[in-house]
Amino acid sequence: MSAVILFLAVLAVIAGWWLSQQRLTAKPWLEEGPAGDFPGSDAMTWPAAKVGLGVFLAVASALFVLFISAYSMRMSVVDWRPLPVPRLLWVNTGVLVVSSVALQWSYAAARRQDTEGVVIGLLAGGASAVIFLAGQLLAWQRLGAAGYFVASNPANSFFYLLTAVHGLHLTGGLVALARTSAKMWRGADIAEMRLGVELCAIYWHFLLLVWLVLLGLLTGWTDDFVNICRQLLS
Amino acid sequence: MVDIPYEGIRGIPPAEVPEVELYHPRSWWTRYVFSQDAKVIAIQYSLTATAIGLVALVLSWLMRLQLGFPGTFSFIDANQYLQFITMHGMIMVIYLLTALFLGGFGNYLIPLMVGARDMVFPYVNMLSYWVYLLAVLVLASTFFVPGGPTGAGWTLYPPQAILSGTPGQDWGIILMMASLILFIIGFTMGGLNYVVTVLQARTRGMTLMRLPLTVWGIFTATVMALLAFPALFVASVMLLLDRLLGTSFFMPALVEMGTLSKYGGGSPLLFQHLFWFFGHPEVYIVALPAFGIVSDLISTHARKNIFGYRMMVWAIVAIGALSFIVWAHHMYVSGMFPQFGYFFATTTLIIAIPTAIKVYNWVLTLWRGDIHLTVPMLFALGFIITFVNGGLTGLFLGNVVVDVPLSDTMFVVAHFHMVMGVAPIMVVLGAIYHWYPKVTGRMLNEALGKFHFWVTFLGAYLIFFPMHYLGLLGVPRRYFELGDATFIPSSAHSLNAFISVVALTVGFSQMVFLFNLAWSLFKGEASGGNPWRATTLEWQTPETPPGHGNWGKELPVVYRWAYDYSVPGAAEDFIPQNQPPRATQLAQGAAS
Repeated sequence: MSAVILFLAVLAVIAGWWLSQQRLTAKPWLEEGPAGDFPGSDAMTWPAAKVGLGVFLAVASALFVLFISAYSMRMSVVDWRPLPVPRLLWVNTGVLVVSSVALQWSYAAARRQDTEGVVIGLLAGGASAVIFLAGQLLAWQRLGAAGYFVASNPANSFFYLLTAVHGLHLTGGLVALARTSAKMWRGADIAEMRLGVELCAIYWHFLLLVWLVLLGLLTGWTDDFVNICRQLLS
Repeated sequence: MVDIPYEGIRGIPPAEVPEVELYHPRSWWTRYVFSQDAKVIAIQYSLTATAIGLVALVLSWLMRLQLGFPGTFSFIDANQYLQFITMHGMIMVIYLLTALFLGGFGNYLIPLMVGARDMVFPYVNMLSYWVYLLAVLVLASTFFVPGGPTGAGWTLYPPQAILSGTPGQDWGIILMMASLILFIIGFTMGGLNYVVTVLQARTRGMTLMRLPLTVWGIFTATVMALLAFPALFVASVMLLLDRLLGTSFFMPALVEMGTLSKYGGGSPLLFQHLFWFFGHPEVYIVALPAFGIVSDLISTHARKNIFGYRMMVWAIVAIGALSFIVWAHHMYVSGMFPQFGYFFATTTLIIAIPTAIKVYNWVLTLWRGDIHLTVPMLFALGFIITFVNGGLTGLFLGNVVVDVPLSDTMFVVAHFHMVMGVAPIMVVLGAIYHWYPKVTGRMLNEALGKFHFWVTFLGAYLIFFPMHYLGLLGVPRRYFELGDATFIPSSAHSLNAFISVVALTVGFSQMVFLFNLAWSLFKGEASGGNPWRATTLEWQTPETPPGHGNWGKELPVVYRWAYDYSVPGAAEDFIPQNQPPRATQLAQGAAS
């Protein structure tokens, strides 16, 4: 559970920093009058949807960190047999990077007021995300064909579980992306669409980051790192 | 004591209403059923939670019948008893209290108290309710599937939760997990709303330190719930896979019904860590909104500002943070590495400090206040007493050496019912008496309310206080019947019968309360907009019940904190948050 505690500590630092900006030491019973008279009491200038996405990313991170905690605790039991990670995953990772880059490009186009660029970016990002998901399913199929079933070893179980949870999050993102693209298609004003495109791009970067961490765990690349952390903590 | 160090007393013009942001219902269906108005969603949440809560109440009667008069009721067998325990606990903790405090009170009060027109994402808010309803229906359906609901205990510990021999192994446990997963998804949708609304939709002048403590409590609890529920989600998904696909996340190698099961190597302890990483914050997810609401009730009905507002806020935040590092005090007897116990005992005892600060501040708010013994105030006082009682036994159980002999006895049952059952319910009931006039425009009947309070408060005390003695004797919890154990004297059996009789009486008084709710809706005395003469914004709405959009044409502007009661020199004994300073100044000038 140390991964979760570490994650919560990071969140606590962020929350503490934010709270420190909020004048929690004010004496409200003495401060009568309009808010403008007191420094540092304004609401955040971010749009609500962006704050909402930020909070959601914190929740989703908590979910993944908890899965990772469970992974690392279950891993230390003797029956753990790491499975050979299909090489296809590297291709998939590349596709997901392309997807993320495409959405970032789309966001840059939105900032330039370049409608065509936005549409191309959104479509390329969505298409490559779909290819990524198809690739993940193909990887499952290959593993199954090679005899690595979900219940035959905890390493397999975690592989299927983690990829599935990540894939479901990406599927949810695709729904949002489809809605944004549909609005774009119906000819919404590009200034209105900028926020939607930006949020999609942020979410995609988040999922890319999560995927890289998961990939590191599943392929065992981060084993040395995890061991060092474990020794530091114990 | 109004000391104004600022010269600017200019009233700034209220912000114009951004009309486009408001969602307008077009038909009866979208106004009352698929509504995106937080107030309607709040009522939907509350009614659903109450309905499923009544099921849990009936289950508790059945349990008490069995415990008080073992062998008398042939329609309760051992398996059913376990199912009743499980469903009673699960429903009360998650589907009733969490949903009522956050989905019910959160939805109703947050937008009104911070001066917003609605939640920031109304559509997601509506989805949240419907997913919650689906979760409740899936849960309720387990009573009708073959094998009935799961009897694994509300903690659902593997391996027994999914092995044959535990009631509800076929369908009950699967649907339980599915329902929990749905609940968490639904809650996350709602929780995002509550957090972002408090962060982004506060009206002009509503700084964080001017928020009523109710909002602080609900806000902090929501943040905690958003971070804690994922642990339950992870645990549920993995347990579901163990049950359905035969994975071994939690299931060790074992012999089931004489044959070696397909499982091997899994760690039941891992489940307990995940479960209690959710489970302990859950206690405070239920307690913090209660703390916040009770602060407002006490301040309003004692006509006095809350004592130590800043301390109250800091204590809420501190409790929220600390509650994430105490979870393993539920696991002293689980077989985890014993030295962990010392760490978790220490953090557990540290959390008593901010909690005690809050209790002192409530008592000091009452000190020399102009206490009106209205029904909400009675319930608030009842809360303080039951909470202190339950909190003190928490200090016992937080210590490893005391917990080891007492865990799995009735002492634990008495402790957690006192601290997170009766105490929050006292606040829920008090809050309903307090805000019912705002929701319906009518007062609840006071005579029935007082009857309800005294029967509930004295009855709950008579149920759970003697239960501590049963626990000290060593009477075990979760047992269908006690049998002929030499260490249990016959007086314990008669005490059990007594508790059962009182429990049924308390249950009956809740029916009186429900009758009061229905009767007052039509026949109650009209309340007017601000019957308690309270300062917070929800009492200052132009209409009662508040209309769609809450505030009419202009959003309110906030000039002061939420607790200006009995300000010396002021014309009235309360100054609403949206009253500009000039008006107060004039009143003060006239008085001096």
